[in-house]
Amino acid sequence: MGGVPMNSQSLSDLITPFRESLESLDRIRAESLFAEALSRVSPIAAVEQLIVPALEQMGNAWHEGSVALSQVYMGGRFCEELVERVLPPSDPDRKHQPRSAIVLLNDYHMLGKRIVYSVMRASGFELFDYGRMDVDELVERALADRIRVLLVSVLMLPSALKVADVCSQLKARGSDIKVAVGGAPFLFDGELWREVGADGMGRSAGDAVTIVDAWMREMA
Amino acid sequence: MNSMERVLTTLGHKEPDRVPLFLLANMHGAKELGLSLRDYYASAGNVIDGEMRLLEKFGSDCAYPFFYASLEIEAWGGDTIFSADGPPLCGPPVIRRPEDIDSLRPPEVESSPALRRVLDTIAGLKQRLDGRVPIIAVAISPFSLPVMQMGFDRYIELMHEQPDRFLKLMQTNEEFTVNWANAQLAAGATAICYFDPVSSTTNIPRDLYLATGQQVAKRALARIKGPTATHMASGRCLPILGDIADTGTAVVGVSILEDLARLKAAAAGRVTLLGNLNGIEMRRWTPADAELAVKRAIAAAGPGGGFILSDNHGEIPFQVADETLLAIREAVDRWGRYPLDWVQDWTDPGPT
Ligand code: B12
Repeated sequence: MGGVPMNSQSLSDLITPFRESLESLDRIRAESLFAEALSRVSPIAAVEQLIVPALEQMGNAWHEGSVALSQVYMGGRFCEELVERVLPPSDPDRKHQPRSAIVLLNDYHMLGKRIVYSVMRASGFELFDYGRMDVDELVERALADRIRVLLVSVLMLPSALKVADVCSQLKARGSDIKVAVGGAPFLFDGELWREVGADGMGRSAGDAVTIVDAWMREMA
Repeated sequence: MNSMERVLTTLGHKEPDRVPLFLLANMHGAKELGLSLRDYYASAGNVIDGEMRLLEKFGSDCAYPFFYASLEIEAWGGDTIFSADGPPLCGPPVIRRPEDIDSLRPPEVESSPALRRVLDTIAGLKQRLDGRVPIIAVAISPFSLPVMQMGFDRYIELMHEQPDRFLKLMQTNEEFTVNWANAQLAAGATAICYFDPVSSTTNIPRDLYLATGQQVAKRALARIKGPTATHMASGRCLPILGDIADTGTAVVGVSILEDLARLKAAAAGRVTLLGNLNGIEMRRWTPADAELAVKRAIAAAGPGGGFILSDNHGEIPFQVADETLLAIREAVDRWGRYPLDWVQDWTDPGPT
């Protein structure tokens, strides 16, 4: 199959098997499908056309209830490894993407942020990982780093409500940072992201990629 | 009927006088007493008073001496982080490296001041309620506890990559959970709510559940000397509802993320459903929203019994207003009386 001209432009035949291999934690099969992709296209294209859609589909399937978090987590971690191997890490400044950062706000539950970070990295994005911060620390840091896109993850409702302070403080300081939020409270109350003044909300880690992609185009 | 009779009737899959309501607003007890959450949970006397006031005010059909999940972590040597406006949370992991599991020992229930406070609370409530109102106590499942013991990411990795250590951890945790649940039953709890959201299909796929969480639940529930309710804490469970019933539990706590009528059909008289009001959204409900949500749930799962109305997580957020809780209570009085004649002709007005 490899090298057949008909396939050289498209990886669409590989997406479903690749996604299935991630869901069943079949690393060997996932590796060989990724290798197949690399034999057809450049590393960055393999990431964009195979890994990104597979992870996006898994995120949607999680949101609909047909894939579990453990699969999303293990799959995302593995893809991050694959991408690390073929795309050397680079500074956010050197990429054609807005300076971005991800943070766990005022909470102690790292997994959501970790998954979103993996999926973003596995999709070829570079972003600052701020770890856990409270409101004031986050506002100062985001301004100092001249961040354009801020991804905020929470698990607890009080933390979700604190996003309102982040957004209003940023606005008061004249910043035009765009804020995307995610995490369980936003899934259970579909209006909450607007209420706290965020610019977007993602229901799965894959959504983070879609949102940042769209904003990137707007900002270009 | 008193609350106990009402609940027992529905558990027998028969229709009581009205749909029982478990209004699990445990943190609201602190508001009633004008105390911070930290001070409130520092003494059994406070929680007994708080629960009695909540029963008086909102007329729930159970007392709920649940403090917060991290209380169990205190028994394992960990810390709890308190805040003014939300549930206490567990501090840094007590299992720092997977190797720590090899020498981990289950803590003694009697030697934990935190656990003893809960036992005293249960005993005090038992004395006051005298069997009229069921006392629902909580034990986090041995299978879900590790998220707090070691972190969710590390735990998922352990499950997949170190099966032997995973089993060792389950054995250790099972010992603790069984003792803790039985101590609460001995102190006067009517039933144990076994919180097991890691088993939810939101978190792990069914085949992994059958190999792990279900086995743990079968072993643990068999040794717990009283009835149990298994709670998914708002995680999904439709694809495994029958598998959960196979663990010997009497009740399953279900999520707003799934269709309640389909869950009721799947429960098929084998388990009673507990749920599924959306506690997070409840924060901004009007009384009319509350009434509609109650009607929806009762219409979907009330007929025939086998249903207890509750929030879908097993804890109503601190931010939910008393007026909303009262509106829920009133809606149950109004629409929850059996026979549920109105249900047949009712059409859901859809999103408002
Ligand atoms: C499993 C679980 C438990 C387990 C483990 C908890 C833990 N993680 O520490 C146990 C039984 C121990 C437990 C206990 C508690 N829990 Co709990 N639990 C859950 C459950 C079922 C899953 C939580 C989880 O960790 N999921 C994994 C994370 C990664 O999922 P996620 O946040 O949704 O993230 C995904 C997406 O949302 C998205 N995403 C996340 N961030 C971002 C960011 C961006 C920018 C984007 C685009 C996307 C995105 O990507 C992620 C991957 O797909 C949820 C309910 C649910 N159905 O989700 C309740 C839930 C988190 N629990 C809740 C609460 C309150 C508690 C307790 C405080 C209860 C108490 N009083 O003790 C304790 C706290 C425990 C502690 N750590 O101290 C609430 C929190 C909201 C609230 N009411 O404040 C929830 C939401 C239940 C509810 N419906 O109310 N819980």
